[in-house]
Amino acid sequence: MSALTNAAAEILAQAEPLSAADQKGIAGASGAGMAYGLAAIGPGIGIGYLVGQAVQAMARQPESAGQVQTTMFLGIAFTEALALIGFVVFILLKFV
Amino acid sequence: MLSALTNPAILLASEEGGGGVEFPPINLIVKWPSAFGEGQWYGFNKIALISLIAMAVPVLLFWLAGRKASLVPTGIQNVMESSIDFVEKQVVLPAIGPDGMRYLPMLVSMFFFIWIGNLFEVIPTAHMPANARMANPVMLAVVAWAMFIGVGVKHHGLRYFKDALFPPGVPKALYLLVTPIEFLSTFLIRPFSLAVRLFANMLAGHILLVTFSVLTITLVAEGILAVVGGLSFAMLVAFTGFEFMVAFLQAFIFSLLTAVYIGGALHPAH
Repeated sequence: MSALTNAAAEILAQAEPLSAADQKGIAGASGAGMAYGLAAIGPGIGIGYLVGQAVQAMARQPESAGQVQTTMFLGIAFTEALALIGFVVFILLKFV
Repeated sequence: MLSALTNPAILLASEEGGGGVEFPPINLIVKWPSAFGEGQWYGFNKIALISLIAMAVPVLLFWLAGRKASLVPTGIQNVMESSIDFVEKQVVLPAIGPDGMRYLPMLVSMFFFIWIGNLFEVIPTAHMPANARMANPVMLAVVAWAMFIGVGVKHHGLRYFKDALFPPGVPKALYLLVTPIEFLSTFLIRPFSLAVRLFANMLAGHILLVTFSVLTITLVAEGILAVVGGLSFAMLVAFTGFEFMVAFLQAFIFSLLTAVYIGGALHPAH
């Protein structure tokens, strides 16, 4: 065990300290991953629920399928906007 | 740009023992040099060319269809009539109602401009959706924004703003809370989300296709991993089909939302 920690300490000692630009890049990349991951949770649940309910409505009343479909696309567009803003934040953090 | 994608040696040059996927920097995949007028307001690059084509193709198609219009449509007239029929049945009637037919020409041209601009994402040799740069969606969103405010003011005068900011049937004290929210959501967030939705969808699709192309090229160049490269190539083909659908869906959703906003300004009761 102590041999292992010694080896680890040696490896750590060999590593050069990170430059400010590297640290910024690492923080940006991990922040970008977190931002998109968190932003995808809510819309994921929302779109799943929305489409499920729309399928149920279409199955119960096939003659209103067209109207339900249009409303479903509208709902998806509004829900999806949050995930897409998360994606834009991802791009801004990662690349800008 | 092209040499980086067709010559895997460049992609693999940066590795030091062991493999590595070198993803091209974001500017390489969305930023294009101008053919002339670099940095000027009249600078003309690939995006401008695609936008011009997206404007010219519907004009050409509708001109060809309407040139020898007959009562019983044949050939291209049939195709264009059914496309107008689609916008009428799926966008105008559910979102505005029968009195929205006068906005049909605007919505049809909006739909076609966005759709053809998006289609260039999967057209070989172009492989760049015009709407993956923010300028195009922003201009379209500004058009939609000016349109629905204009319709509201034209049909209801200044009462349109009063109805939009102070919805009837709300207790007086709640206006402190409701009015700022309504102002933000109607006049600021609507155009913003309209533009961001189109932009982010197309950019995400573009980055997805680039990622799988780079992955396929890198894996095939590794030799022994060519089998895995085949799987990644299958995913690339599948996502190309998916993006073909997204290109249509985003054009549909953009014109549908514009129609919904116009409908809301026309009939503020609901």
